[in-house]
Amino acid sequence: MTRQRNDDVGSIGTARSAPELEVWQALNIALDRAMERDSAVFILGEDVGLFGGSYRVTQGLFAKYGEWRVRDTPISENSFVGIGVGAALAGGRPVVEIMTVNFALLALDSIINMAAKMRYMSGGQMQVPLVVRMPGGVAKQLGAQHSQRLEHTLLNVPGLRIVTPATPQDSYWQLSQAIVADDPIIVLEHELLYFTKGPFDADALPPPMHAAAIRREGSDVTLIAWHRMVSFSMDAAAKLSDSGIEAEVIDLRSLRPVDLPLLRESVSKTHRAIVVEEDCRFGGVGAEIAASLNEAAYRDLVSPVLRLAASDVPTPYNAELERASIPGIKDIIRVV
Amino acid sequence: MQHKLARQFFYDMTLARQFEQAAAEQYTQGKIGGFLHLYPGEEAVAVGSLHAAEAGDYVVSTYREHVHAMVWGVSPSAVMAELFGRATGCSGGYGGSMHLYDVSRRFLGGYAIVGETFAIAAGVGYWLRLNDSTHIVICYFGDGAANQGTFHETLNMASLWKLPVLFVCENNRYQIGTEIHRHSAVPDIYRHASAYGIDGRQVDGMDVVAVYEATRSAVQHVRSGNGPYLIECETYRYRGHSMADSGAYRSALELAELRARDPLALFRERALTQEWLNESDCQEVEKAVEGVVVDAVRFADESPPPTDLSKDVYAVPLDLYGGRP
Ligand SMILES: Cc1ncc(C[n+]2csc(CCOP(=O)(O)OP(=O)(O)O)c2C)c(N)n1
Ligand SMILES: [Mg+2]
Repeated sequence: MTRQRNDDVGSIGTARSAPELEVWQALNIALDRAMERDSAVFILGEDVGLFGGSYRVTQGLFAKYGEWRVRDTPISENSFVGIGVGAALAGGRPVVEIMTVNFALLALDSIINMAAKMRYMSGGQMQVPLVVRMPGGVAKQLGAQHSQRLEHTLLNVPGLRIVTPATPQDSYWQLSQAIVADDPIIVLEHELLYFTKGPFDADALPPPMHAAAIRREGSDVTLIAWHRMVSFSMDAAAKLSDSGIEAEVIDLRSLRPVDLPLLRESVSKTHRAIVVEEDCRFGGVGAEIAASLNEAAYRDLVSPVLRLAASDVPTPYNAELERASIPGIKDIIRVV
Repeated sequence: MQHKLARQFFYDMTLARQFEQAAAEQYTQGKIGGFLHLYPGEEAVAVGSLHAAEAGDYVVSTYREHVHAMVWGVSPSAVMAELFGRATGCSGGYGGSMHLYDVSRRFLGGYAIVGETFAIAAGVGYWLRLNDSTHIVICYFGDGAANQGTFHETLNMASLWKLPVLFVCENNRYQIGTEIHRHSAVPDIYRHASAYGIDGRQVDGMDVVAVYEATRSAVQHVRSGNGPYLIECETYRYRGHSMADSGAYRSALELAELRARDPLALFRERALTQEWLNESDCQEVEKAVEGVVVDAVRFADESPPPTDLSKDVYAVPLDLYGGRP
């Protein structure tokens, strides 16, 4: 796997006067600050140490904190995540990096059978303050085994929380919040967002970890998205505006829990909503959100909440087909 | 051997035997549900090894862990109440037979997925090592668990980073109904350790004194910062794998051979011959244990059930539909 730069993404919160940072840098600062503040915080994962992280997120931390707090692991996903669980039970605050979500499938026992259940199974005696960070998403021709999104797999596991930061600011905020929280938290990152820029202020006051954010106000339709689909929705909204349709764009930021109150507020104004999802359509996050919003806001809706999602196929290698397998800006405009 | 320690061994093994017998009866009467894995035949392993550890050390065990919990100080009443699913159980009635916990004693379970104990123990060991602690972790696992990937993954990491973990294999020759020569290409489990640069040895798991002595030197090795160690205890379970299994796949001859090496009976005999204990000591213990077990069952039976379905899923109650906190 190689580090990828991506330049065709990116109208979320671009250039204002605040200093600009890339997502990986914001994550790096969050880790550094957390480790400085609390000696219980340590990092585990493949190539997180000497190499500096596959997406540079842990760059410099090995030199600063040493091998015991920034631990390069062998390729043993289930066991090194399990080590994170064990250390968390004993009082640590491990931040485990899984190189990509695809490899997390080998660690589901540690994540789902252990991390998510220990507090409940022990009658509240134990806690697992564990963060599992990992990037997913369709990137650039990585093939079917390296292009998955894992939202659907982790979504209905009681005990887990899932956040999906898409901007440098949210990456910093939500990773920082996840590290100090006392529950196991999945921080899903996106492979094509690491090298996108955005305004960054380390001292700004964060919203709650699970609060969604309105990225663009509009009155005609609500586009509900996360990760890379937020910037697609923003671009689509700009084009729609030219033809007189004002779309409101909501960045979910958190998938479990999900900020339903904000979605309801938005559709009470727009009366229409579309979930834009990079993951496959069948049984996905979009299904949950559409169903919940339809149930909760049916009086406000003039038509049922729709889903625009990836095709239910393994991701193809061919670049044209790959692009066609997930929603694009034109698809969003067409569905609106 | 001192009288005091001999009495303790005898007490713990007697408690283990009688407690499990009572649990089987309560299961038959419908008071205990789910899967129930019992320990008769294997008592010398938990008793001998845990007495070689110190308070402050961590214990990580499998789903066949009632005895480990009790030897490590969890009261028989709290264990029985957990089997009954009551609020007074050591996991509040939320865990069950396979998920016993007592954090105050550093008894960390209770894992029902075969092979999970390895990484949990190594994680605790990592944390101890990171903090320069002199405590260690004892990690129990079955012969069948040695075929799980986590065994090999964890042994590698534990050795690489010299983690203070003592791996104790309870080799009872079976992975449910599959005998070890049909499930392992290298049935001497301790030999797997050498592949990862870990020292290991085999010990007669029907002999509590042998297990104790082997564990004592292994604990010393681990506590002195030499990294992990693996002890394989050759033992046997007299009952089926769980209450759902009659154990019919084993020959009567095999069972009789192993019954003749009953760890509890052997120790009683030896303690008398060596005069560590006399007959009245033994009878006194047997009687005391009977009372403890009766009390445990009564306590469990009279205890209230837990009532809150959704507590402790998260640190603070979480509305999945995101009411602002
Ligand atoms: C991953 C997994 N696979 C299968 C099972 C079902 N199972 C429960 S116990 C067991 C046998 C384990 O044998 P061993 O490790 O020797 O332990 P023992 O029960 O003999 O103490 C099996 C297959 C399980 N609980 N977890
Ligand atoms: Mg076995």
